[in-house]
Formats: sequence, structure tokens, C-alpha cells
Amino acid sequence: MSQKEAQNEEPRNEGRPRAPLVERIDVDREELADVMKREKEELERTWARPTGIIGWFIDTDHKAIAKRYIITAFIFFVFGGIEAALMRIQLMRPDNHFLTPDQYNQIFTVHGTTMMFLFAVPIMTAMGIYLVPLMIGARDVAFPRLNLYGYFVYLIGGILLYTGFVLNTGPDAGWFAYVPLSGPGFSPGKRVDIWAQMITFTELSGLAGAVVVIGTAFKMRAPGMSLNRLPLFVWAQVVTSFMIIFAMPSVMLASGFLASDRLIDTHFFNPAEGGDAILYQHLFWFFGHPEVYIIFIPALGFISPIIVTFARRKIFGYVPLVLSLISTAFIGFGLWVHHMFATPIPQMGQSLFTAASMMIAIPSGVQIFCWIATLWGSKLNIKTPLLFVLGFFAIFIIGGLTGVMLASVPLDLQIHDTFFVVAHLHYVLIGGSVFPLFGAFYYWFPKWTGRMLSESAGRLNFWLMFIGFNLVFFPMHQLGLNGMPRRVYTYLPETGWGTLNLVASIGAFILASGVLVFIINVFWARAAGAVAGDNPWAADSLEWATTSPPPNYNFHNLPVVQGRYPIWQATADAPVVRGLSTTSRETLVTSVLDAQPELCFDIPGPSIWPFLLSLATAVMFVAGIFTPWAILTGAILGGIVLTCWFFGDPNYKNKTARETGKRSQPVRPAPELRPKEV
Amino acid sequence: MIDMRNTTLKMCTLAFVLCCSSCGGIHNALNPSGPQAHNLSRLWWLMFIVCSAVFVIVMIAVFLSLRNRTGDSQATPQIEPPREQERKRSNVVVTAVTITVVILFVFLIASFSAGRSMTAGLEHKNGLTVEITGHQWWWEVRYPDASANNIFTTANEIHIPIGVPVTFSLKGGDVIHSFWVPNLAGKKDLIPGKINTMWLQADKPGVYRGQCAEYCGLQHARMALWIVAEPQEQFNAWRQSQTGTSIPPSSDSQKRGQQVFLTSTCVMCHAINGTPAGSNIGPNLTHVASRNMIAAATLVNTREHLAQWIRDSQTFKPGNKMPQNNLSDADLNSLVDYLQSLK
Amino acid sequence: MFKKTSGRRQCFAALRVCVKIFIPCLLLFVACKREQRQFTQPPSTFKSYDVTMSDIHPGSPGLPQPVQNPSDQRAFDTNEGKRLFTQYNCSGCHFNGGGGIGPPLMDEKWIYGENPENIYSTIVEGRPNGMPSFRYKIPDNQVRELVAYVRSMSGQLRKDVAPTRNDDMNAHRSEERTKRETPQRSGPPPQ
Repeated sequence: MSQKEAQNEEPRNEGRPRAPLVERIDVDREELADVMKREKEELERTWARPTGIIGWFIDTDHKAIAKRYIITAFIFFVFGGIEAALMRIQLMRPDNHFLTPDQYNQIFTVHGTTMMFLFAVPIMTAMGIYLVPLMIGARDVAFPRLNLYGYFVYLIGGILLYTGFVLNTGPDAGWFAYVPLSGPGFSPGKRVDIWAQMITFTELSGLAGAVVVIGTAFKMRAPGMSLNRLPLFVWAQVVTSFMIIFAMPSVMLASGFLASDRLIDTHFFNPAEGGDAILYQHLFWFFGHPEVYIIFIPALGFISPIIVTFARRKIFGYVPLVLSLISTAFIGFGLWVHHMFATPIPQMGQSLFTAASMMIAIPSGVQIFCWIATLWGSKLNIKTPLLFVLGFFAIFIIGGLTGVMLASVPLDLQIHDTFFVVAHLHYVLIGGSVFPLFGAFYYWFPKWTGRMLSESAGRLNFWLMFIGFNLVFFPMHQLGLNGMPRRVYTYLPETGWGTLNLVASIGAFILASGVLVFIINVFWARAAGAVAGDNPWAADSLEWATTSPPPNYNFHNLPVVQGRYPIWQATADAPVVRGLSTTSRETLVTSVLDAQPELCFDIPGPSIWPFLLSLATAVMFVAGIFTPWAILTGAILGGIVLTCWFFGDPNYKNKTARETGKRSQPVRPAPELRPKEV
Repeated sequence: MIDMRNTTLKMCTLAFVLCCSSCGGIHNALNPSGPQAHNLSRLWWLMFIVCSAVFVIVMIAVFLSLRNRTGDSQATPQIEPPREQERKRSNVVVTAVTITVVILFVFLIASFSAGRSMTAGLEHKNGLTVEITGHQWWWEVRYPDASANNIFTTANEIHIPIGVPVTFSLKGGDVIHSFWVPNLAGKKDLIPGKINTMWLQADKPGVYRGQCAEYCGLQHARMALWIVAEPQEQFNAWRQSQTGTSIPPSSDSQKRGQQVFLTSTCVMCHAINGTPAGSNIGPNLTHVASRNMIAAATLVNTREHLAQWIRDSQTFKPGNKMPQNNLSDADLNSLVDYLQSLK
Repeated sequence: MFKKTSGRRQCFAALRVCVKIFIPCLLLFVACKREQRQFTQPPSTFKSYDVTMSDIHPGSPGLPQPVQNPSDQRAFDTNEGKRLFTQYNCSGCHFNGGGGIGPPLMDEKWIYGENPENIYSTIVEGRPNGMPSFRYKIPDNQVRELVAYVRSMSGQLRKDVAPTRNDDMNAHRSEERTKRETPQRSGPPPQ
């Protein structure tokens, strides 16, 4: 029985004539069932994940790596929350002695650093790494080994920071570490050096994740998924990844210059020798502002699918939503000076950033109005994911509006560096990212584990978090206007800030209990949750077209996409991709704009090199805290490992491929099947 | 099933009550006592009212879209809703976005005009200028003058005459600090290697508290300052008294106290004009008894506080640069007597 | 979050969590001296040590034990020493370590000894030909910080504890990058 490769039909609104590429194969049903069964067994063997302790170090399956990222990031989230709780206990009353100033300074620094670098960005990347290949109908990500390397580098960076923290070497200059306070003269010891090197680790990891997501989303989509049919979740992940690529180098420069000032006597930030303290602020905030959008935009990508599923209709304003994501990313790079309005930068220049900072409210507004328009008039069944999205509306809008207030230079000069900003940033980050993230957990947990989370525990979780959150952070607006600056370990009773601080501290424990309910819910559901089918929410995107949890190879036959809502728009005779090898890890590479098939390509399998490279990187950066010679040593080690990586055998564990002697070369489809260039 | 509307109403009431709890005070941006702070307060209320209205309207829209909660999660989805319905929604969304743009323009213009009024007065030639240098963790205050006799340096307490614009020249001494007196004006950073300038004016006599607003190390929390705004005559009298040398000790105890000062650790860091002590590492103590507070406006300047501070400042402000001094009781008494005579 | 996998995989996952949480906690008990900061000090005694410049002792049972300066191992203290060196105007005679009115401090020659207790005595007692006595003027802990800093000027301290560059004009290489000199007892400098 011959099998011809099935190509997709031309996407709508294409305009360019193409030869019809779909072939209908008439086949005997029983024979088909036998073929499918045999193929499934071969796929299971080919894509089998390595087991055992060594297996953990070499497993490149994107779902496994994403789950590790999510668990690790969530553990860091809990650590960050504990640090926040300690801070709130200290600030509960004036002149409290629960923490010494040194401990408090380390704790608030590590809290900010953990939440921004070790929780928020990695978990958003992780959601993308898990779901993007499934949503675009691919078997794996584009660069599985780079993906694994990114995870190890992240883990090492986090362990470095926390080892320092428990050894009294935790950074204490704030998560932003302004010079000259973080410079060699005023932060003696290795505390800030540990911070600077941890930054390098997490930025490397972020860059690796970004490259993986972009490569996957642009080149490995199922046939028929042209860019205008790309799910909004994937759009959000792609936009975020581009932001990461442009923003991370700036903070690597900032932390690298700081590390070299501290270690080898450079003068980047020494005004007496020609440097400039404000240079650090520019470099840091050129990254720092896009960083918060890097955390926020993936959350926007969570909200769209949840709303579409629960409103039971197509999204209102797909094109405006995509353009809003892109314009938020662009404008987000033009806002950084709004963190520096109190510096002696000329007024005219600062006003430009006021205008840009206000302007960025427009795309966010467009998105919110489009979502409300989607929900309007629909018959809703409010489950926990939608509840968290509604919580997002309530909280994020307040945060966005206080952001517009902070955008104004004169008003910012009153509320900059006060608890008003603390309130604003938590409203936009927790409301704008953490609430959608929890909604996403409830929404996609059935897909990841095959079990549903408890709905009643979910509601309890939501309300505890919502009420607790508002109790903690709403009074902080008032505290800021009442004159309470940030980063203070205590305050005098005469200032009158005691009552609101006490309210905030009580709210912190309610918020923490909400998170605890979530953790209990997860453990309970693993053991006793209702079994979810393939598609418990009757949703539209491709990840719901496979089993829960998905097999290692994601889809038995890669689907051919017929519209923006693949499951909802699938016809009875929807084509599938046939002809990919089941005895090697072969996948389909398609074109960027229209997802026309281009190549069949062997994806690399499990490999020890990512882990070894992460060890070489660890040597380079951890020893680099103490001596500059580590850069040389680490580079040599890394060079050796990279050479082995690139020239080693990508089919290391893929026994079937080795047995059949199949080589890892891209195979072009036969000329008559390639799309005609016009 | 929790009733969302009821809960929301209760929470809004709680928020309102909490917010009303503190709207006054000497360290409060919403209690303006000068033209700059007034401008900023007006801008704040404009933005607050408009933003609250926007929030309420959008939340009403969200609640109204939740009217029908009888949906079936497995219902057939609507991929092609009726065109007419979509067109109507389009119109509403476009209108909402247009209103957003208009509101943002209004904010932009209000913000620019408030900003211009803040920098407009920077060229006051004959106005009073005060130079502030930020140190870890105290404020060095210097009143320059054309005549060298009238220049003096004090610490943490700034006097200004009411109704007169005062220019502040802000210099960073070690790390970045931020000078902020919320009742009077916004904040400006003190950055090493740069000079930042701002002006402010107090319209009502009184005491206005400020605090460092840029994280500057261990004791950022205890780096406060006072601005005392007083009528011109009182200000002139104060300024006159500050320019003189220190009052010589009169009683035996004060004389002994001066000797203790000059032979102990004190002389390494503090200056008292008129004595051999001339170090400018720490605050100038020539007229220390004329100040209301000590320890960077965090302790009231009483005899007990002064004695405690000298003997063991590290318990109150751990990490600050003043070491502990275990003087004998007699020495400490005399020293405090002397310092309290330095009006 | 965990797949229903083999017991071994779950065990390993649990082990990972333990490693992440408990090992850093265990390390808590291994205090890192470099980062210690002690703000509350015992009262200053202003007493200097019994030091000698020679190994010849009339009838005494043995050499006095060398004194350990805890500030030698604390980066915060050496940094404070650097600050105090400038603020207490040691540079007035020793300039930035190169010497001038007073002898240089960054070279290998030590007139009165290079051990912490020698330098401590130098500062507290003063020395002939111009070194003032700072007894009662500089508290004990600050003298110890200055001692640590002075030793770092000739590279005697560990690299990770020695101060790095000034946040100001730099007259010489930072103490961290200074070559370690081998101390030699020398006589008084030429007049």
C-alpha cells in the first residue's frame, strides 16, 4: 500500500494560485487500523523517554522540561512569598524588631530578585515550551537540547542565589542594585557579585527559551496554520520571546559592567574617573521595563484562549489583539526613563517618556475592550479559570490606571519610590500575570496530568487570593501618598503608618492561605481528581486534539489546520499529515508565513551535552565571582563541550534510528510536491 | 456561592473607609502647603477622579457581560456570529478606545502644564539657595552666601522663610539619596557626580517632615529631615544665630564636657566652630541644641536621647557610622551638658 | 503536576525538591566569615598589645602568641578601614599608601612590625618621629578595621576580603589586585 504525503489546502485570502496538494487516499478500514497500531508502537519506541537518574539529566522532551521549569519556578514563588511574609511581619508595627536591618535588606532584595528572575520569566517561558508545540501541531520544539540547557542554567542560577542567601551572602542592594550603593565602595564582600552572576544565568536561560519558542513557532507549525491562524497564546509567546532577545543583553551589560567594576577595577560607574552612575540606571531599566512586559504579555496569551472557550464563540477582534500585543512590545522599549524621573535628566527628554508611558495604555485598553466584547451576551458557565480572568480584569485595570498616574513626571515625583509604586507594581504583576497564570493552571492542568483540579477548592483559592491581595496592596496606595518610602525596614510611630501596615500584613496571610489551598488542590487532584478526557473544556485549539496527558510524540498524525479554531472548524474529512518516519524522530518543517511544508527533519534526541555545558557555564560564572581567570577557563571548557555537542551523534538514544542507519539529514520533498514559487 | 456584587460593595466600602483614615499630617502628599505641592495635589485629584470613573464604568461593563450564567460548557461554539452584532460591538469598542485616547491626551496636557510650573522658577537669582549633600545616613545642609562670614553648615534641619521660593542644590555625597518633603514638593535624587536643582516654597508656617526616598543602605529607613517654615523675621534671626561660632561653655560641667569632646572619639568626626574640632565627616554640632531632632530627624533632641545616642547609637540605628562610646557616667553627663548649651 | 510514572521517577522528583530546600538550609550552619557584620561592639579598652621586635627575651617562658585580627577575614571591616583611612586623614602623612611625610604602607618594609598586634600598637600608642597616638580617639573595633586595611595595602589579605577600587579617584591599584609583598623588618627610614 503506497502512502503519499498529504499537503494542506491553500489558506484563505492567500491570493496566489497553488497546485492542489491534498490527496485523498482510499484505504481498507481494517488495514488502516493495523497500520495505525503498528505505527503507534513504533512511535512509542522511537520517542521513548530515557529513565532512571541519568535519564533525568538527558531527557529532552519539551513537556518534561516544561514541567520541571514550572515546578522549580513555583518553588521559587513559594520562597519569594515566604520572604514577603517575613517583610510584612517586620512592617506590621512601627519600630518592630523581628528582623535586623541587614536581614530585612537581604530579604527584600532576594524577594524581588526571586520573583522577577526566578519565578515570573521562567514560568511564562515554561508555559510556552509546554503548550506552543501542542498548539501548532508539532512533535517537539525546534531545539530540544538548547531547551534542556536553558533549564539547567536556570536551576544553577537559582541555587547559587539561595546558597548565597542562607550563607549571609545574599544580595542586599535591592533587586535593581543601583550603583554606587552596589558598587565596590559601598557593598563590600561578594553579595552583589552573586546577584550579578545570577542575573547572567537567568538571562542565558531566558534567551535559550526565547530562541526555542521563536524557532518552533515560526518553522514547525502544522500545514495550514498560516500566521493569521496562529493562536493568540502563541502570538503572545512569540512577541515575548522577541522582547527577551532585545532586552536581556542590556541587563547582561549592566550586571557585567558592575561585576567588572567590582572585580577588576574598571570605572564604568565611577564619576571621579569618567564613569557615570546614571549609565547603570539606563542600562538596567532599558531591560527592566521590557522585563515587566515580558512577564505580562504571556499572561495576555493565557486570557484569550480561556475567554474563547468559556464564551463559546470566536474571539472578538483577532487582528486588533495581535497588533496590540506587538505594539505593546514595541512601545514597551520606549518607556524606561519613567523609572528615572527624579534624576537630573532634562525635563524635555523626560516628557517624551511621559507621553510613551501613557500611550502604552492604549493597546492594553484595546485588548480589554475586545475581551469584554467577546464575553458580552454569551451564556457563560463560570468555572475557576474564568474566575481568575475576571479577577485579572478587576485588579489589572486598577494597576494600569495607577500606572498612567505614575507616567506623569510631576505626579511621579511625589509617588516615585514610595509604597504607591509597590501597590502599582503588584497590581499589574499579580493582577496582570499571576491571576491569569493561576487561571491557566486550572485550565491546562487536565491536559498536563489527565485529572481535573477541584472546582470548589478552586473557588476558595480564588476568593482567598483576591480578597487577601486587595487587603495587602490597596492600603499601600494610601501609604505612599502619606509619605512612606519603599525599602524601609521600619518606621516611626509618629508617622501614623501603623494601621494601614497592619491591615496589609493581615491580608498577606490571607493571600498566602490562598496559595496554600492551590498547592493542596494540586496534590489532591493528582491522586483523586476527576479523570479528564482529551478535551474537558470542549476548547478549540490543537492541544486538546490529543490525549491527556499527550503522548511523547504529541500527535499520532500531525493535523492539517483549516481555520483559526482548528477543533471547532475541523470538517469530517479533515486531512492529516502522512509520510513522516516513525522509526526516527522526524518532524515537518514548514514555511514562516503560510506553513507550507518545506522539509522533513530529524529532531535531536536525549543528550548529556546540555547538562555538561551547563556545568561548564556554572564553573565560568560561579568562579567568575572570585577571579577573572574563570572566564578563560570556563570558555575553554565550554568550547570543548560545545564541540562535542555539535559533532556528537544526535541520535544518541534513538536506537531505532541507529539500527536502520538513518542519518540526520534534512530530506526535501519531491520536486513536484514542493509549492510553486510565484 | 459567594454573591459577587455584595462582596464587591463591602470591599469598596472598606477601601473607602481605610483611605479616609489618614489625609492630614506633616508628612503627606495630599496635605499641600506650598504651590508645588498644590499643583501636584490638583493633578492627583484630577487623575484619581477620572481613573476611578473609568474603572467603575469598565467594571460595570464586565459585570453586565456576566449577566447570563446559565451556559453549558459543552455548547456548540459560535464561530461566525451575526455580522450586525459584530458591527455594533466594533462601534462600541472603537468609541471606547477613542475615549481612552482623549482621556490620555487630557492627562498628558495636565501633566505637562504641572511640570512646567514646577521648573519655571529655577532661575530665581535673589532667592535663598540651600545646598544639600546626602551622606549615609544624614543630610548635610549648607547655606551659602556672598559674604564668607555668613556661610554655615548644619545637619538634618532646614529652615526657610514662608512665601519665598527656595532653591535647593542637591549633591550626592556617597551613594544615591533622594530629597523628599511631600507636603511641599516632589522628590529629586542626589546622585554622586551630578548636581540636581529644584525649588520649593512653603506658604504656611509649620514643620514639614521629609525622608530619604532612594534606597541607600542599612539605615535608609532612619534618614529623615525636617523643614521648618517660619516668618521672615524669625528665619533671619535663626540664620543669624547659626552663622556665629559656638557659644563658649560657661559652667564647670560644660567646660569639662568640652574637654571630654576634644579628647574623645567625638573630635575625629564632628566640628564645633570656635574649638579645634574641625572634622566634616559627621554632622556639624556648632548649634546642635537648636535642633528639634537628632539622628537624622528620628529621635527628639532631649537629654536622655542625646545621652543614649552618644553611648550606644548602634542599638537604635545599627550600622550607622557613629561608633559606640563607653564614657563614664560623669563624662557623659558633662558632655551632654556641653552639647545642650550649643544653641 | 507529576505524571503517573514509576515510583522511582516520583522518588527522584521528591529528592530534587529536598535538594533544593534542605541543602541550602544545612549550609546555614556553616557561617561565612567574610560577610559577617558586627555593629554592636564590646566596650573599647584602648589597650595595646605586648609586642616585641626581637626574639630575645630575658627569662620569659615563651614568645607571646600571635594575635588574630577578626577584621582580616571580613570584607565589611576592610572596607570600613579604607573609609576610615581617608576620613581620619591618615593620607595626610602616609598619602595613599605611598608615604611622604610618613613611611609608605604599601611596600614590604615595616619599621615596627607587620603583624596585626604591631600595627595595632602603632596606631594606639603612636611612634617616634611623628606618628600620633590615637588612644581614646579611635575605638578598638575601628582600629582593628584600620589594621586590616593597612595590611591589605601590601597585599597581605585574602583576595575576596580585600577592598576593591575606590568610588573616587584611584591613586593606585586596588588592594585586591595588589601583589602580595613579603614583609621585612627594616630600620627607621632615612632622614
